[in-house]
Amino acid sequence: MRPKLTLLSDEIIARILAEAYELLLKPGIKVQNEEARDLLRREGVVIDPETHVAQIPASLVQRALESVPREFYLYDYHGNPTVHYGGDSVHFDPGSSGITMLNPNTLEHDTTETEHLLRLIKVAEQIPQYDAQSTAVICHDVPKDIQDSYRLYLALLYSKKPIVTGAFTNKTVQEMIDMLALFAGSPEAAREKPRAIFDVCPAPPLIWSNFGAGNLIKLARAGIPAEIVSVPLAGAAAPVTMLGTVTQHTAECLAGITIHQLAHPGSPIVWGGAAAIFDMKKGATPMGAIETAMLDCSYAQVAKTLGMPTHTYLGATDSKLVDAQAGLESGISAMVGALSGINMISGSGMLDFLACHSAEKLVIDAEGIAMAKRMVMGVKQHTDTLATGFYDDKINFKGGDFLKQKITMKLFREEQHLPSDIIDRNSTRQWKESGSLDAFGRAKLRVKELLASYTRPELDPDQIARLHSFMLDLAKKAGIEELPRLEDLEVA
Amino acid sequence: MSEELEKLFKDMAQSIIDGDSDLSVELAQKSIEMNVPPLDAITKGFVVGVNYIGDQFGAGEAFLPELVMAGEAMKAAVATLEPELLKLGEARETMGKVVLATVEGDIHEIGKTLVGTMLSASGFEVTDLGVDQPAEKIIGKALDWNADIIGLSALLTTTMVRQRELIEELDKENLRPRIKVMVGGAPITRDWATKIKADGTSEDAVGAVALAKQLVGKA
Repeated sequence: MRPKLTLLSDEIIARILAEAYELLLKPGIKVQNEEARDLLRREGVVIDPETHVAQIPASLVQRALESVPREFYLYDYHGNPTVHYGGDSVHFDPGSSGITMLNPNTLEHDTTETEHLLRLIKVAEQIPQYDAQSTAVICHDVPKDIQDSYRLYLALLYSKKPIVTGAFTNKTVQEMIDMLALFAGSPEAAREKPRAIFDVCPAPPLIWSNFGAGNLIKLARAGIPAEIVSVPLAGAAAPVTMLGTVTQHTAECLAGITIHQLAHPGSPIVWGGAAAIFDMKKGATPMGAIETAMLDCSYAQVAKTLGMPTHTYLGATDSKLVDAQAGLESGISAMVGALSGINMISGSGMLDFLACHSAEKLVIDAEGIAMAKRMVMGVKQHTDTLATGFYDDKINFKGGDFLKQKITMKLFREEQHLPSDIIDRNSTRQWKESGSLDAFGRAKLRVKELLASYTRPELDPDQIARLHSFMLDLAKKAGIEELPRLEDLEVA
Repeated sequence: MSEELEKLFKDMAQSIIDGDSDLSVELAQKSIEMNVPPLDAITKGFVVGVNYIGDQFGAGEAFLPELVMAGEAMKAAVATLEPELLKLGEARETMGKVVLATVEGDIHEIGKTLVGTMLSASGFEVTDLGVDQPAEKIIGKALDWNADIIGLSALLTTTMVRQRELIEELDKENLRPRIKVMVGGAPITRDWATKIKADGTSEDAVGAVALAKQLVGKA
């Protein structure tokens, strides 16, 4: 039996949906993108010409919900389906868009540049718990106009995994879509086996900004998957109650799906978010708070009622260091996300309210993810009899009897997750002999090993050349003549 | 060495690595039919597998069930070859005799049993007295059997003192260094072993084999 965490009754979910439909009419959704307003207006939606608030009727939303895919895949470099969006599949990827990275030696939060993103990609590439890469940090050593496309460029060069990414403007989302098409060989190839998914954020409360709605439309038309990242902040940018916040989140997602499906029915889109409570003492948005995880579990339940693929932001911490707070917030919230059956859980590796990334935290979080995934597998029945079959004539009432059974050797790997050396199960002596390190100390060593063992995936040189010349062209338009030099990559 | 023989030895080692007792016995029988000297079968075939899995375990690549199953497969193979050895009058050279026991008042034995399995697999003769054994009984058996080593296990901080008592008893009777004592168990540290004048300790079964070999001068 697969364990599952649910926080809402069917009755409450029905009321959330009913009230969300009410919110779509009153107060309505502020749609700040002209093209999106045109799409809605064409369907007879009433839009205030001054405030741009649209009253979206349930019938239109329901039509969108009929055309939206219930499941789809992201593919790796070789075209293998690797990430399944749909049902109760659970995947994890590193958090996105950090602006600093923890320096493991000085413990400073360094401003991120190309080398930092590469370090994170190289580490995540080798950890099986991460089914996808993310464009994890912003590279401040390139101009603002290309900071989003440049991240995708690096991920395509240094990884074979699917990529969770996002654009910062309506102009650059098209450039990134073009980049994916160029890399895949054609727009059709990029659509048929999508390599990347784009996070797209509405603005709370109930706003689809020019940029957010514009991104949705461009992605829908290209057939590249979009992931709604609705960010209601309970108590500030959303009602203080969890149910109120989840209802607002529902309305924002329904409005987004409607705009998206009007632009191109049948294009893939995900019900996601980075909901959080608003901390009333510090005015912060704690990603490690248990209520944040509860909001995510709740909205995922709403999404599942509608059969939608899901995403959330969990597995992160608000701590500034990779310490006990980081471990408990990240581990507990990853567990909640996995038990909620959320398809893509972003956030691993991140500290400081999603501002700071850490490669060391990525390797520690991988252990929490492994535990969560083990939990999700549940307790299985492997044998016809539960126990009696184990007590054969070789049993002589000794503690080690079961170690001598063939079935132990056959099944122990399935029954037990075997952690990496990040998890200390040494005797005190062995622990002392290996340097008396804490988890962070062990993670520092592991990161060093992973960086040393990393090899850049072998890609078609023509593909690299095409990608590079495309990126260089964007860079020149953004005012720089050369891209940062990449140590282990020679581009003709 | 003929190709056929080479393959047989390789299969023997692999049967131990796979922890497959049925196969190791079958290969032992096959070697008898082929008139392979039984000592060769052990040292050039099966032991290679035991050593391999021991190294793998030491490196963190193999796990306890694999180690134990390898030990069991080794035992089974040796038991099959033993009558042949006797017939030829060339008993396998024993590495030494070890009496194992968990101290009085303590009933934990998984670690000790593992040590026993690995010692036998490595060519030691082992008598495992079991758990909750008083010092007199352990020493009595060691004397009767002319053992080289006593291996004493204790899991509890409250029972580890029994290890010291047994060593003091041996010293009183002037039985050391004739009989060596190795101690083990979760709370046992090197400091403790030194303090109670034990001849050595190890954290795991593979280390215990190395220690035992060292104590009998066959490292």
